[in-house]
Amino acid sequence: MSDDLGLWAIPIAMIGGAIRVSTPFLFVSLGEVLTERSGRINLGLEGTLVFGAMTGYAVAYLTGSAWTGVLVAALAGSVFGLVHGLICSLPRVNDIAIGIAMMLLGTGLAFYFGKAFIQPVAPDLPSIPLGGWSGLPQVQAALDVNVLFLIGIVLALALAWMFRTTRIGLVIRVVGDSTDAARAMGLRPAVIRTAATAAGGAFAGIGGAYLSLYYPGSWNEGISSGQGLMAVALVIFARWNPVACIWAALLFGGAGALGPALQSVGVSEGYYLFYAAPYVLTLGVLIATSSPTRAMTGAPGELSITK
Amino acid sequence: MTTFARTTGGDALVALARRAEAVAIPLGALLVGLAVFGLFLLTQGKSPVAFFGYVWQAGFGSAFSWQNTLSRTAPLLFAALCVALPARLGLVVIGGEGAIVLGGVAVGALGVALAGTSPVLALPLMAAAGIAVGAVWIGAVGALRYYRGVNETIASLLMAYIAIALMNHLVEGPLRDPASLNKPSTAPLVDALRVGPLPGMEVHWGLPVGILCCILAWVLIDRTTWGFAARIAGGNVRAAQVQGLPVGRLILGFTALGGSFAGLAGFFEVTAVQGSANASLASGYGYTGILIAFLARHNPLAIIPVAILLAGFEASSGLVQRRMDLPDATVLVLQGFVFIAILLSDTLYGRLKIFTPERWGRG
Repeated sequence: MSDDLGLWAIPIAMIGGAIRVSTPFLFVSLGEVLTERSGRINLGLEGTLVFGAMTGYAVAYLTGSAWTGVLVAALAGSVFGLVHGLICSLPRVNDIAIGIAMMLLGTGLAFYFGKAFIQPVAPDLPSIPLGGWSGLPQVQAALDVNVLFLIGIVLALALAWMFRTTRIGLVIRVVGDSTDAARAMGLRPAVIRTAATAAGGAFAGIGGAYLSLYYPGSWNEGISSGQGLMAVALVIFARWNPVACIWAALLFGGAGALGPALQSVGVSEGYYLFYAAPYVLTLGVLIATSSPTRAMTGAPGELSITK
Repeated sequence: MTTFARTTGGDALVALARRAEAVAIPLGALLVGLAVFGLFLLTQGKSPVAFFGYVWQAGFGSAFSWQNTLSRTAPLLFAALCVALPARLGLVVIGGEGAIVLGGVAVGALGVALAGTSPVLALPLMAAAGIAVGAVWIGAVGALRYYRGVNETIASLLMAYIAIALMNHLVEGPLRDPASLNKPSTAPLVDALRVGPLPGMEVHWGLPVGILCCILAWVLIDRTTWGFAARIAGGNVRAAQVQGLPVGRLILGFTALGGSFAGLAGFFEVTAVQGSANASLASGYGYTGILIAFLARHNPLAIIPVAILLAGFEASSGLVQRRMDLPDATVLVLQGFVFIAILLSDTLYGRLKIFTPERWGRG
């Protein structure tokens, strides 16, 4: 199949792969943007992603409807976010450490309840064949775009609009930049941060449902390998800008698609090293964008990781 | 009674109350976490009494189960030290798993090359290789933090994923023993280069070495000026810099030292347990170590009993799975509840009246 295209198969497979792989990155990073803009960091989204993948798959299997699965995954994610938000509202509790604990608990609960759903087959989410104009099956396969990816892009634009022009966006930004200023305006920072974390958790839950219901499209304990964590780093790269998250997610998705793309043309040497590409890219991006002396541009003032 | 704390007897009482607080709150949080887990089991139609009974039986009930528990304790001690030492500087390093894995690969590879040489020479060299790799790996996290301001929590976990990918590449590629078919591994170590059990026991030498490392780490933190400087820097970096403390060297030193302990865990896993480097090195010790360090409130001496307790839970996990028909992830759920309870308890310090004699006189 790849003979007629030669090496062109690699970039085509990577574009298609980038779109497929990027969707969970996009949802988790949008959720994290919302949370971090309110001045808190939720490192537990990796656990939320895995739990969302499990609940989405389980509910889709039990009800026969993939969209019900996505909805319940979002609900479950918002519960995780809510718990994180409420705990962090207490004085002297470390939000980074709570995130690590929620990562452990979310993964543990997902594996615990997910045992029964490793075998059954749940319905897939639908995709839209945008590659119909091309006669090449590779191009058609690459442009078979899932509906959730398009929803994610709309969501990113909506978030950007919300932060820029709406009252609620302004409120979140004020709370994120200065607790004192927010209090002076009569806002209640803890309540707003908790709500933002819960909403962010819902996005991460949807990202998880995408993993189990579309690509790779089944539930197992190895379904996420740090995508939730990479998405947190991606937010720093995207400078807390929802629209930049789209490009960052596509870039990370492309890095994640490198291994499978090379494998599809028969390159299997250094298989594990290519699979490490997204982690290396994330680390490289973190190193390039961080600075020991100055605060990062665009960073919310109350955010603990940038102080 | 507002002058209560200023009298001499009051000071001693306050100090005693602070000590009691430092023990009682974590212990209470542990019990609350276990109780919440018990409630979780009830919702699953399983008996918490039976669960903890099996944990006792398989983890602590007999000489045999103690051996099983203690032989799982060593890597947890090292992994917890890898979290606790950087934590003194306020750094949350959670990627100890990476240093364990790569330390183990270095030990396994060097062990193959040194087959036939005297163990008196080879074993210290292998241990040094594990330590060096671990120190460089986690020290790099510290360096990224200090020189580039990269968040150490995210960087260390990313590097753990990279380390595991690197290990898979090495043991399935360049370092693979062609004879290892089902489980790609480095070539098995010769018997002379294996670390044996303690005399008359099944527990290997990693346990006494691990306990010794905990004691040494406690001395470093609590009894030396280095440890004192680290605590100052952990409290407030700017203040420490104004005081002229070498913050950079402290960060590099403490992260590298933590990493060298994790590398030592890899050394014992390869030489005393596995006999070669393979994917079993990444079996989650590094992650359990995070929980242990937080439960011990980053006190190296407290790490010893906490690590034994969690090793007991892991030792009993097989029996619990068989007898109660629970999935292996049950231990993860338990750890998750305990972890959240211990972090929640941070909010109680200084707020419980029983531990604050200064407030006893007031209404």
